[in-house]
Amino acid sequence: MQAIQDKEGIKRYLITLYVNGDPYTKVVKANTLLVNVLRDDLDLTGTKKGCELGDCGSCTVLLDGKPVNACLVLAVEADGRDIITIEGLGDNEKLDPIQEAFIENAALQCGYCTAGMIMSAKALLNSNPDPTEKEVREAIAGNLCRCTGYVNIVKAILSCGRQSKGGDE
Amino acid sequence: MYLPDFDYIAAATVVKASRLLGSLGPEAKLIAGGTDVLPMLKQGTLATKTLISINRLSELKNISFEKGKGHIIGALATHNEVMKSPVLQEKYMSVCETAHRMANNQIRNIGTIGGNISNAVPSADFPPILIALGATVTLQNSSGSRTLPLEGFFMGPRQSVIAQDEILTEIVIPENGFSGSTYHKFGLRRSGALAVVGVAVAVAMEGNICKDACIVLGAVAPTPMRAKEAEALLRGKEVSDALLEKAGKLAAAASNPITDIRGSEEYRRDMVRVFTRRCLRKAMDNGHV
Repeated sequence: MQAIQDKEGIKRYLITLYVNGDPYTKVVKANTLLVNVLRDDLDLTGTKKGCELGDCGSCTVLLDGKPVNACLVLAVEADGRDIITIEGLGDNEKLDPIQEAFIENAALQCGYCTAGMIMSAKALLNSNPDPTEKEVREAIAGNLCRCTGYVNIVKAILSCGRQSKGGDE
Repeated sequence: MYLPDFDYIAAATVVKASRLLGSLGPEAKLIAGGTDVLPMLKQGTLATKTLISINRLSELKNISFEKGKGHIIGALATHNEVMKSPVLQEKYMSVCETAHRMANNQIRNIGTIGGNISNAVPSADFPPILIALGATVTLQNSSGSRTLPLEGFFMGPRQSVIAQDEILTEIVIPENGFSGSTYHKFGLRRSGALAVVGVAVAVAMEGNICKDACIVLGAVAPTPMRAKEAEALLRGKEVSDALLEKAGKLAAAASNPITDIRGSEEYRRDMVRVFTRRCLRKAMDNGHV
């Protein structure tokens, strides 16, 4: 990783992040957090900041396919890695099935936790297409919904499972 | 919530990281997963001029079994990697289950077992079960390495025997005669909660006779501690409910908990009694180490 020092002696680092499939080369300071690069530099404000201490999960993104709290990842440590944010699901024409399921099941109230919830759900369904309710609850245990709308959130994620879709085996 | 300014160096090898830690002194801090270091920096409970990252040293991620040595867990294995490791699941389900009950999925994907140990937080979940299984830790610096029992690693809350230039590189669970082990933790929520009380036990059973037992208590003393009187009581005895209750009482008497927002001293002490009894029963009954 290339480090650049300016006239005031502040070091900056040249990093490349692969966000939602596109490479972005940015110059960041050592103390820049991944969540701030996503929101402030790339304008991907779907990823929310809540507690900023790794408790609430509202900043959940997929780092190399695994859900992590973007508030606890240094941008320099994400150099060269794949990141999927909520903006990377679906496209302009069509929402991701999980997003559809959240609407269908009224699985959001204030909506602040939703992006993180959906990213955790996405990671779960990618590795386990037919989760049980216990597995769903475990997967979103790191995502706090202070409207406490968990019942509908769990219902929405379960409805994306293979069985509830009538089974495609 | 922003981080203070610091320099960042991604070390290419353990030796290089150790040299940097040595030459920069206490103002340099090591970072692996960062799930403990970054919140502390944000909250101002830790200060640093330079963060030295070992996060990319993939050679410290391996989990393997070596005959004659035992199960080797690289310090940078994440909690989820420990939980999902087939090598560990086959022999030490108790260690995988411990990982599974820690924090939440997002944290388990970046937090490391080496960090959980070297932070030396009294409520940490890995140390009790690893001590019960007789684990050792290897500390490396630029001139060599030393291996010591994990039991002797902790000095107090956030204090351990690790020197400024040393890096915890691997944890080894040696081959042992235990027939069962388990870790129970009581947290205020099922997920994302620190242990209020944590009890780990490892036992060697022959029929209904307890040949050997190791009981380690977490979160009820400044460091994880052995309940040696309770262990001595069990050795060579035929197991009964009354015996296990007595062992629980001895463990509770030996514990030295504090009162804080998560629980009172009295509550913690009584939970040590209950959890010691339950853990012993579970470890004795299931056929899995």
